[in-house]
Amino acid sequence: MPELTEETADLAPVAAGEPILEIRGLVKHFPLTQGILIKRQIGAVKAVDGVDFTLHQGETLGIVGESGCGKSTVAKLLVNLERPTAGEIFYKGEDISRLSGRALRSVRRNIQMVFQDPYTSLNPRMTVGDIIGEPYEIHPEVAPKGSRRRRVQELLDVVGLNPEYINRYPHQFSGGQRQRIGIARGLALRPEVIVADEPVSALDVSVQAQVINLMERLQDEFSLSYLFIAHDLSIVRHISDRVGVMYLGRIVEIGSDIQIYEHPTHPYTQALLSAVPVPDPDAREGRERIILTGDVPSPANPPSGCRFRTRCWKAQEKCAQEEPLLTVPSLFRGSGEPTDHPSACHFAEEKLIVPAEGADGRTTGDHEHGHADRPPPREPGRTNYPPGPQPGLPGAGPDIT
Amino acid sequence: MLLDVRDLQVEFRTRDGVAKAVNGVTYSVEPGETLAVLGESGSGKSVTAQAIMGILDMPPGRITAGEINFRGRDLLKLREEERRKVRGAEMAMIFQDALSSLNPVLSVGAQLGEMFVVHQGMSRKDARAKAVELMDRVRIPAAKERVGQYPHQFSGGMRQRIMIAMALALEPALIIADEPTTALDVTVQAQVMDLLAELQRELNMGLILITHDLGVVADVADKIAVMYAGRIVESAPVHDIYKAPAHPYTRGLLDSIPRLDQKGHELYAIKGLPPNLTAIPPGCAFNPRCPRAQDVCRTDVPPLARVSEDRESACHFWKETLRDA
Repeated sequence: MPELTEETADLAPVAAGEPILEIRGLVKHFPLTQGILIKRQIGAVKAVDGVDFTLHQGETLGIVGESGCGKSTVAKLLVNLERPTAGEIFYKGEDISRLSGRALRSVRRNIQMVFQDPYTSLNPRMTVGDIIGEPYEIHPEVAPKGSRRRRVQELLDVVGLNPEYINRYPHQFSGGQRQRIGIARGLALRPEVIVADEPVSALDVSVQAQVINLMERLQDEFSLSYLFIAHDLSIVRHISDRVGVMYLGRIVEIGSDIQIYEHPTHPYTQALLSAVPVPDPDAREGRERIILTGDVPSPANPPSGCRFRTRCWKAQEKCAQEEPLLTVPSLFRGSGEPTDHPSACHFAEEKLIVPAEGADGRTTGDHEHGHADRPPPREPGRTNYPPGPQPGLPGAGPDIT
Repeated sequence: MLLDVRDLQVEFRTRDGVAKAVNGVTYSVEPGETLAVLGESGSGKSVTAQAIMGILDMPPGRITAGEINFRGRDLLKLREEERRKVRGAEMAMIFQDALSSLNPVLSVGAQLGEMFVVHQGMSRKDARAKAVELMDRVRIPAAKERVGQYPHQFSGGMRQRIMIAMALALEPALIIADEPTTALDVTVQAQVMDLLAELQRELNMGLILITHDLGVVADVADKIAVMYAGRIVESAPVHDIYKAPAHPYTRGLLDSIPRLDQKGHELYAIKGLPPNLTAIPPGCAFNPRCPRAQDVCRTDVPPLARVSEDRESACHFWKETLRDA
């Protein structure tokens, strides 16, 4: 393998909308062993079992799925905390999944992670300054020693924390503030891609909105690309340009937010969407809910054919025998309609689950006119910033070929 | 009236001083009714529930004032043995985390059956048969075969069903469910909430649903009490509150959640953080975060004002808040 050098980190920036990360056939199996002295492999947990997607520069790709679907393993593979069993991860066209040593280090600088739990992902014995500045110890070229303290203070300011807090310890901060620290650490090396694994799930509702707004602002400010992993479908819709739905180690449907939320064609996506409680008591009666039976099967022993068939109300003989591929179903191919997106189902069909925006005039109206009298959100210890525009991404359509 | 809590006050003695977790909570539940108690962590919603159940750790906790009238008696005046007879038989609780609430070294059948052995003096054998019946009722497949299994052998959704089965065992008049589906995936959450609602209807039980999830509340509640810093800041029938909140905090909560059917607007974020309970700000506890705060909010605690017959708001400016909603 050709030796990759520092140059990898300095590859020419890709233009907005161009692919920055491409994942092809990604597989991660965790071996199950038996025996103490002589370990025999008796099987494998197929956490990720053939995942393809592309992340474009400047966009947010949301990955949703229930626990055990492999979404967190995908995150770990991308930042190289786990090594893939098979498949490739291309960063700006170079396969980074087999790198090691210096070449790996220089690539890692550009793909950083924000973790779910701000209570366990910050070392309680380190000051905030040391936590955020630690990446500079590993990548000293980013910030010379003398300037590090100043850089850390700038980062604190960027994420809306008082720069004077640099000598404090994590326990002196609330959950939302800790997550800001985690984000500041993720930004320290000026990465191009941030992989965020459930970054707001541990936060209270009112604080969640602060962190989401912060992440959106930072994306504009530093032209970041986000892979945003979460189980909360409402949050994913809010922040994502495109969304991939995972089930038992595979992506079952992927497309733009409108394609997935308003025109889902995969039964699992439809069930998932219909199960989300909508904060509108008037919608109680009119909504059709698909209540799935049973639980997610074990990833150590996934069902044959379509993995969802054991819980699917449409399942037929074909589903047990033939594995559906993640392609645009022939029924919709080339139609140019929002249903024209990849969906791994033999019997894909459109089903309206979430009323399209504006269909319900009352609730939408509330939202649009509601804030006239109130000041825009203000961060403590920070001057006001104008709400940034949503990153528009022309040409960031479905990417499965 | 099934349950009527009046001016309940609970405090905790901590190293940093006295934390006032509950500062005068008043709410009531009728048979068959679902009251949702909404609030963020530290708002006192769980502490209130623990006080009602009589499972508050005392010390450090202390109930300093108030009444908990349940079926005509004040529970706070009962002796511990009498209280124990109420707990489980007349009111029961469902906890958030089923794995840590179930005993890992006892089979689920033994834990379910224990209710009948302790409260009704049933034999172990009969109790086991009852356990199977209960597991059937909460739709655990192959209940007969699984009654001898241990909690770790069940999935998260199944464990929560077992918790529900345990709470329902003696057909109590009141169920308190503290974040019953927070740890579950949405498809399983929908199953569990459906089951709970169906059993509630069947047995005409009162239900107190403690949650921070505005979506779940909209789906199942009849009325809502919103708590902030140990106080109820707004209480109203569910439709009213979602249509037009009468308290700026409720308004903020509703505006700060992203919605499945909407996209594009910047989320409204309530600025700042919930207060430290050992140093609740003078006046209205919400005033440092409130977009509407005036001088009066920093000095005078707003009383619960009557907005309509069945609706109250603890805001000096509830009229303005309602008007702008």
